[in-house]
Amino acid sequence: MSVLDIAKGMGITLSKLFQKPVTVSYPEERATLQPRFRGRHVLTRHPAQRPGELGLEKCIGCSLCAAACPAYAIYVEAAENDPQHPTSPGERYAKVYEINMLRCIFCGLCEEACPTGAVVLGNEFEMADFRYRDLVYGKEDMLVGVDGSLPQRREAARSGKPVRVGFKVPEGARPELEGVEYPT
Amino acid sequence: MPDWLAALLITLLKGVLVALALLTTFAYMTLIERRLLARMQIRHGPNRVGPGGLLQPLADAVKSIFKEDLRVTMADKLVYTMAPIVAIGMALTAFGGIPAGPPGSLFGEDPWVYNLDAGILALLALTSMGVYGIFLGGWASGSKYPILGGLRSSAQMISYELGMGLSILGLLMLVGSTAFVNIVEWQAQSGWMLLFQSLGFALFLVSSFAEVNRTPFDLPEAEQELVAGYLTEYSAIKWALFQMAEYVNMITASAIMATLFFGGYRGPVFLEGLIPGISGWPIIWLVVKIAFFLFLFIWVRATLPRFRYDQLMRFGWKLLLPLALANTMMTAAYLAFARGLGLWPLALLSLLGLLALFAMSDRVRVLWNRPTGRPHTDDALPTRPLGGD
Repeated sequence: MSVLDIAKGMGITLSKLFQKPVTVSYPEERATLQPRFRGRHVLTRHPAQRPGELGLEKCIGCSLCAAACPAYAIYVEAAENDPQHPTSPGERYAKVYEINMLRCIFCGLCEEACPTGAVVLGNEFEMADFRYRDLVYGKEDMLVGVDGSLPQRREAARSGKPVRVGFKVPEGARPELEGVEYPT
Repeated sequence: MPDWLAALLITLLKGVLVALALLTTFAYMTLIERRLLARMQIRHGPNRVGPGGLLQPLADAVKSIFKEDLRVTMADKLVYTMAPIVAIGMALTAFGGIPAGPPGSLFGEDPWVYNLDAGILALLALTSMGVYGIFLGGWASGSKYPILGGLRSSAQMISYELGMGLSILGLLMLVGSTAFVNIVEWQAQSGWMLLFQSLGFALFLVSSFAEVNRTPFDLPEAEQELVAGYLTEYSAIKWALFQMAEYVNMITASAIMATLFFGGYRGPVFLEGLIPGISGWPIIWLVVKIAFFLFLFIWVRATLPRFRYDQLMRFGWKLLLPLALANTMMTAAYLAFARGLGLWPLALLSLLGLLALFAMSDRVRVLWNRPTGRPHTDDALPTRPLGGD
């Protein structure tokens, strides 16, 4: 490495000084995520039978995700469907579906194990919270249509503003995330 | 009020002002350095505290002061506490001798705190005292890593002090005085010393980087590979004082380089045509030149990796010191035999020497960067390739 190489290196650092930073000021500006980014799980639904109605839940309470989970983060309790008002298309549905977000390693094995494509890893990652028990997410936190994570919704309720997620997915959510929309 | 008391009070006031200015500059240097480093690495840098991160130094200061001041059981309490004070005290004292303007230009007062005939020599002596802070800090921590680090750092600083002192001998011979004001006025008449002593300046620049422990010579704080040396057992405000000393030394080194080689407090003369008297304005030119060198310090830190310790010592002793000696001899010979030719042949000679060194930098390195003291009799021993490592 001669002195010339040192000068060349100095030139590179100086030229970078005038380049726009590639990082973003995260909470104010949205971070850019790829669609394949594995974040908080979403429990998806089938398309609605009639417009204005919610579709049936895809989850049939089979517990295969819990069996596949390497971190033992998932707890599923199944129950029989009411034939008149079914929650899911199968015989049974998940009465309790909980994921401990502190144990979860976001590996995506639950998504691979799911026979109906019900549990899909979304792109949300802003789940920091104060108490352990608040990080055990139930169905009401993960079903399609729920915006943001638990702390974000709590903050939104407190301040009266809508939930604002801090990321964007320019290419749009994956097709597996049926009905989920992220800011682009 | 008697005259001596007035003079004393004015000197005290100037001293306090210089210390405050240095400490404020230190505080904002940390921010500017982090921001610039960040931008050179294509990221934003700290911008959260206050508008644009401007209050970050304040937050850092509050944090340093209120952090727990750890007591090390095996430490020598007195020396352990004194070491950072020695370091910062010497660093602050050294700066006072640097003139920021012509005599009597600051509201009728002299723009320096003290003016010694020994000038640059006294300043080098004071900055050398900073080694005591480092070494005593390492020794008094009562732990193995700090003492090793302290020894390492003192060895480095003492080694490069030689090259530093020798590299300005030619300059002193040319000027014939060690007082800063004389050096600056000489440059005002004959042109910047950089022209006549370019080789000397290059050597001085490199040794200043080593003297103030900045990249690529920042072995004393090589946390990743050498456990931070003498700083290991220090925390909170004592650690901050060491950091302060380092940055103040950096400012002092910039000021010395500006004064010795870049015309000091005198501005460029060609600006006189636009605004008469501009080159004689106090403080501003020195500040501009210091800022330039501080930027250079940061820029180099953003670019170059660290030396390995043996490379560092070899570089100091086998390249810098002989070259500084050669530069001294060259200047001395020129002054003895060819003084009648004027200064420009010397400038050319110096520049040629520097360019030759640059051009041959790859070949010269083999001469100095060869491991010594290793028996080469046994061929089975793996030996490192010459140079290039």
